[in-house]
Amino acid sequence: MYVYDEHDRQIARERVAQFRDQTERALAGELSEEEFLPLRLQNGLYVQRLAPMLRICVPYGMLRSEQLRRLARITRDYDKGYAHVTTRTNIQLNWPNLEDVPDILAELAEVEMHANQTSGNCIRNTTTDPFSGAHLDEIADPRPYCEIIRQWSTFHPEFAFLPRKFKIAVNASEHTDRAAIRVHDIGLQMVRNSAGELGFRVHVGGGLGRTPMVGPVIREFLPELDLLTYLESIVRVYNRYGRRDNKFKARIKILVKALSPEGFAEKVEAEWQQVKDSPTRLTPDVVSHFQQYFTEPDYQVLENATDTLASLRFDNRQFDQWLTHNVASHKKPGYAIVTLTLKKTGTPPGDVTDYQLEQIADLADEFSFGEARATHEQNIVLADVRQDQLFELWQRLVPLGFATANLNTLTDIICCPGGDFCALANAKSIPVAQAIQDRFDDLDYLYDLGPIDLNISGCMNACGHHHVGNIGVLGVDKRGEEFYQVSLGGSSHHDASIGKILGPSFAQEEMPEVISRLINVYVDHRTEEETFLDTYRRVGLAPFKEKVYA
Amino acid sequence: MPEVIAADGALFENRWVVVERPAEGESLTIPEGQAALIPADLWLAGYDQFAGREDIGVWFDSHDEPELLAGKAQELPLIAVNFPRFVDGRGYSIGRLLRERFGYRGELRAIGDVLLDQLQFMKRCGFDAFVLRADKDITKAARCLNFFSQTYQAATDTDQPLFRRRAS
Repeated sequence: MYVYDEHDRQIARERVAQFRDQTERALAGELSEEEFLPLRLQNGLYVQRLAPMLRICVPYGMLRSEQLRRLARITRDYDKGYAHVTTRTNIQLNWPNLEDVPDILAELAEVEMHANQTSGNCIRNTTTDPFSGAHLDEIADPRPYCEIIRQWSTFHPEFAFLPRKFKIAVNASEHTDRAAIRVHDIGLQMVRNSAGELGFRVHVGGGLGRTPMVGPVIREFLPELDLLTYLESIVRVYNRYGRRDNKFKARIKILVKALSPEGFAEKVEAEWQQVKDSPTRLTPDVVSHFQQYFTEPDYQVLENATDTLASLRFDNRQFDQWLTHNVASHKKPGYAIVTLTLKKTGTPPGDVTDYQLEQIADLADEFSFGEARATHEQNIVLADVRQDQLFELWQRLVPLGFATANLNTLTDIICCPGGDFCALANAKSIPVAQAIQDRFDDLDYLYDLGPIDLNISGCMNACGHHHVGNIGVLGVDKRGEEFYQVSLGGSSHHDASIGKILGPSFAQEEMPEVISRLINVYVDHRTEEETFLDTYRRVGLAPFKEKVYA
Repeated sequence: MPEVIAADGALFENRWVVVERPAEGESLTIPEGQAALIPADLWLAGYDQFAGREDIGVWFDSHDEPELLAGKAQELPLIAVNFPRFVDGRGYSIGRLLRERFGYRGELRAIGDVLLDQLQFMKRCGFDAFVLRADKDITKAARCLNFFSQTYQAATDTDQPLFRRRAS
C-alpha cells in the first residue's frame, strides 16, 4: 500500500492549515457561504439535511488497520459512533460539527488520510477493483496507476473548478469489471497490445445522474507511460468546452455526445500532440517507484486447503453458504479473498459502527496483512486470507454481522443514504432496502435466484447507481409525496447497459411486492442457465410490466 | 483604482483600465491618455492601429479562445483574463496556454471575480498579477499565494512534476 514520503506529508499538513484558515475566515464572515462552498466541498464537507456530512477519502478503497482504528476513534470523538461506506469507496461521517472539521482533518493527516476532492467540481477519488493484486484475472496491478492519478489530480491548479464533478475508474481484469468503468467520466481498462505492451483502453463520457450513458471508447490503446498527459488533455478539453450554463448538462458525457465520440477524440488528440512529450510523461522508473508500494505481501508457500474446507463445509451448512458466496479465489495457492458484507437486514447498507471498524482492523491484522479494502458495492474486502484460517475468520465474522452470505444476491443492495440523511434526496432509500431485505430473508431462495444487482437511489443524482442495477429503484417526488420508479436491465460490468424504466412509479409500501412480482416473472421465464439479466435481455420489458401492473 | 497584487504578494499601482466590449453597433472608445485593455478579438481586428502600442493591452473573457492571438501574444505589453465568476475555471486553461503554448512572457493579470483562495491556483497557471475583488482583504494575499510549498503536478510554475523531482 502507498506510504507517504516527506513531500506527501508536507502537502497534507499544508492542506490542513489552509482549511483551518479558510474555516476561520468563513466563521468570521469574511467568506460568504457561496465562496466557502467549493472550498469546504473540496475538503469533503457537505451541509446536509440534518447536519454537516464529512466524506473522507479512501484512495482506491485501500485501508490500513491503523487507519481503520483512527476512523473508529474519530466517529466516537466527533460523531455518533458510526460511519457509512459510500459507492465511491469513501467513508462518510453524518454528524460532525463544522468547527471540528479542521481538527478531524488533522487527525486524519496523522494516519496519511484526508478528505481532499471527495466532493465539488473537481477530479474525485479514483476507484478500482477491490480484488486488485490478489486475483488471477489481472493484466497488471492497477493500484500504482491509481496512486499516480491521485497525485496528479490532487490540487491540480488548472482543474479545481471544472464544469462539474469528474470521476475516474481503472479496471485491470480481463473478464470482469468490479469498478464499473463504463459509467465513469473516464474509464480506463488495462490492456496489452499485440506486442505485449501495457496500456489502457480509454472510455470517456459514461455516467449516471439525469442522463445515464455508457462511456464510448475514444482510444483503443494508450501506452501506459502516456497516461497522465492523455488524462490532462481530456480534462483540459472538458474544462474549456464543457457546458457551464446548466448544471444538469455540465458533465463530460454531454460534451462527448454533442461533439460525438469521434469529434471529442479528435480534440483530445490535437491537444495531446502538444503535451505528450512534456515532463508530465511517465518514465519506467517512475512507474517502478509507484509499483514498489504495491508489491505482494509476505505470502507463505501453501497448498490449497481443499480437503479441510470440504469437511468443514459438510458439517456446517452456513459456513458452506458463506464460502460459496462471500469468498473468492486467490492467485496464490492456499489463500482466499473474503468479502465482509455490510448488508445485514436491519442495518442501513454500508453502515459500520466504531466498534465494527476496530474489529475490522483487528481482523485485518490477524488474517490479512493489516490491510482492508472498501468496495463500491459498500462492502469490505480482506484480500489475503489463508484458506486454513477461513473457518476461524468466519466464526469471528458471524457475531459482527459481517457474514451474511448474500454477496451479489438480491439483498446485497447498493443504496445511498437517501432522504433520512441527504438534503438532495427526493425520497428515503434505506427503509425501502430494509423492506426488501425483510421480504427476501430465505438464503436458499436467494441463491436459487442467482446474482441480481438491486440498486437504490433517493434521487436523480444516482449515488445508489440505480441505472446500472439489474433492478434499479429511484426515489421521486410526486406532489410532495415519495414514490419509487423501477427500471430493469442495467449492468455496470463489461456488458454495461442502462436500465429501462418499467412504468409508473410505486408507493413505498408497494415496493417489496413489486420486487416479488418481478422476481416471479424471472423464475417463470428463465432457462436453466439464465441469470435475471439474461432472462430480461431475452424476453424484454413486456412480461415484467404485465405482471407488475396487472 | 485598486492596487494590483504581484506574484510575490507585493502591491503595485494599477495604471490600466479595462475597456468593456462595446454593445452591438457601437464602436470601441479608448480613454485618452490612459493605458487600456481591450477585448482581444478587437485588438486583432484593429491590428494595424494597435500593434506595437505600449499603452494598449488585451483582455480575454473566460469563453474566449487564446488561440486567436497565437503567434502575436508576445507583442502585447499586458494580457488580462477575466474570471466572470470565481467558479468558472476556464481562465486557468487560458493562462497556461498563453504561457506554455504561445510563449507569452509579459504581465498576465487575473481580473473579475478574483478571490483570495484561488490566487495560488492562478499563480501556478502563469498569472503574475491579480486584481482582487474590492471587498476582499488585500493584506491576506501574500499568505494565500503561498499556502503550499510543494505541488504534485507540473503547471506553468514548474514543468517538473513531483515524481520527477523525487527521482532526482
